[in-house]
Amino acid sequence: MKRVVIEPVTRVEGHGKVTILLDAQGCVQQARLHIVEFRGFERFVQGRPFWEVPVLVQRLCGICPVSHHLAAAKAMDRIVGGEKLTPTAEKIRRLMHYGQFFQSHALHFFHLCSPDLLFGFDADPATRNVVGVAGRYPDLAVQGVMMRKYGQEIILRTAGKKIHGTGAIPGGVNKNLSLTERDELLKDLEKNLVWSRKAVHIAKEYTVAHLEELTPFGSFDSNHLSIVRADGALELYDGNLRAITPGGDKIFDQVDCQNYFGYLREEVRSWSYMKFPFIKALGPADGWYRVGPLARLNTCDFIDTPEAEAARREFTAVTKGRPNNITMAYHWARMIELLHAIEKIAELLHDPDLQGTDLTVSGERRGETVGIIEAPRGTLIHHYRVDAQDQVTMANLIVSTTHNNEPMNRAVQRVAEQFLSGNEITEGLLNRVEVAIRAYDPCLSCATHALGRMPLVVELRDAAGHLIDQRGRGVSAAALAAADALRPAAP
Amino acid sequence: MAKPRVATTSLAGCFGCHMSLLDIDERILQLIELVDFDKSPIDDFKNFTGRCAVGLIEGGCCNEENVAVLRDFRAHCDVLISVGDCAIMGGIPALRNTIPLEECYREAYLEGPTVHNPAGRIPNDPELPLLLNKVYPCHEVVKVDYHLPGCPPLADTLWQALVALLNNQPLELPYELVKYD
Ligand code: SF4
Repeated sequence: MKRVVIEPVTRVEGHGKVTILLDAQGCVQQARLHIVEFRGFERFVQGRPFWEVPVLVQRLCGICPVSHHLAAAKAMDRIVGGEKLTPTAEKIRRLMHYGQFFQSHALHFFHLCSPDLLFGFDADPATRNVVGVAGRYPDLAVQGVMMRKYGQEIILRTAGKKIHGTGAIPGGVNKNLSLTERDELLKDLEKNLVWSRKAVHIAKEYTVAHLEELTPFGSFDSNHLSIVRADGALELYDGNLRAITPGGDKIFDQVDCQNYFGYLREEVRSWSYMKFPFIKALGPADGWYRVGPLARLNTCDFIDTPEAEAARREFTAVTKGRPNNITMAYHWARMIELLHAIEKIAELLHDPDLQGTDLTVSGERRGETVGIIEAPRGTLIHHYRVDAQDQVTMANLIVSTTHNNEPMNRAVQRVAEQFLSGNEITEGLLNRVEVAIRAYDPCLSCATHALGRMPLVVELRDAAGHLIDQRGRGVSAAALAAADALRPAAP
Repeated sequence: MAKPRVATTSLAGCFGCHMSLLDIDERILQLIELVDFDKSPIDDFKNFTGRCAVGLIEGGCCNEENVAVLRDFRAHCDVLISVGDCAIMGGIPALRNTIPLEECYREAYLEGPTVHNPAGRIPNDPELPLLLNKVYPCHEVVKVDYHLPGCPPLADTLWQALVALLNNQPLELPYELVKYD
């Protein structure tokens, strides 16, 4: 049995590795994406004061910190009894969120993925990066950088900091948007609208031109999940859960987020720190689903901004109105959302409510709460219990990338079978595996907030090779034996 | 003259420090005039291709793989910089240092309200790196030359530090650029 490893997976955010086992004939036996990092937020958030959580949990992920910030803040709104925010507070948060979508989608498309699309999957790894793009397509590289900058500027004005801001607080926000700040942001709006249209165009042209090779590439039928608005519109900040089958039939619809745990479960497998979510009613074998831009365009009935809606119609025309199950279509879907985000930003910047001064609400206190939001990478669930001393006693987080764990593994398996079986394995073929993973824009650092591996005795040595620490603190002999028993026998 | 090479990595961190580096915005184009990038999660060099002038480390060490990567950085870089609170003192991931690890895995894999785990499995595959008993800051594992504080350090802080270092200039950061949050 031959083992091929891609480690680390690059141009994604976080830590992962792929292992592929080939049999004597060089056929793929097994291909897996292992999530190799753990942190343990669910446990160490316990005992922290609830009002600290929206700031703390952002450190799960520096790529979409706003999503965690807002999901936790939405949960904590309910703890303080303030579900219905003031118009100013809700709109400031939405602006922050659309700014986040804008920067994150631009970052993914231009900085991380465009090299694969522009230079081809077989290009030299030395040029297959954003520096290579800057050399060959300077205009495009500059646009990508400036678009991300614009999203970050919006976050700065609404959250106080570009990364790990503090703008949202339980029951509202701690600042509004001044007229000066608004005017600053308005200056660059038009330019970003133009660039966003162009980005949709690039993604569409690319997908349509390569449809034949992209359609089977790492693709498969799957269920899809997201939140949607009450009228079925695409909704990124606050809606109800909807899940559909690969053919578009509803599995459930308009489920109140507070009841998510009646519908979703997460399976534990031995070879990844990341769990494998599924729809409870369908079971682990059939209930897995996709989230993120592709899933959202599939689940929603329409988009409530005109240009993105027109783009959505072009998108659904490709599959004749049925859900799109092409993995590589994520890129196009992502750019349609980017356009939607900038249209929403334009709408909000002209809304006088942003200068309102009524920033927070509170009401009857609650002990348990769920906050769900659509993060750039998909549905993000935060669930907490808080005791009378204000301390968190339970936290359950299902982050966007975790929902896509099974699909990413399937994509890896598909691509490995399609391209590596019986072939001489070249760098370009291996990159195809990563291309399939990148389509999901996985945020592996988010996904690894959960902890799994048993602590074992580890030696730490300094640069000169001296042993500086050797410990196995907090580990009972029984626990060690239990962990060993769980470890599968070597193949 | 060949450009100095710069490598970056994220250990037990959130990628926020890398994002802050990208927040230098247009100056990225100046940076790539100034240096060549070696091993980094933003390009496709999975291993060092040569000796580097500067290595930027985000995040502390929470597993054996982090330790191996960090040592590899030390061996390949003339100057090693701990970027951000996680690299400097473990940061938020180090909150787990006071909690027995068994409790952490029980919470994540056995007791969470949505966990489905009839076999009582804990992820424990030879492909997964061993976890350290606690999260260590980088300078407890290898010699670190500079620390840039912040969670994350501001883009301007990173920019000014890099430019000064690459030009052999002394670094004097104004008060506003040295932050710890
Ligand atoms: S210091 Fe802050 S921004 Fe940097 S990796 Fe740690 S948590 Fe993320």
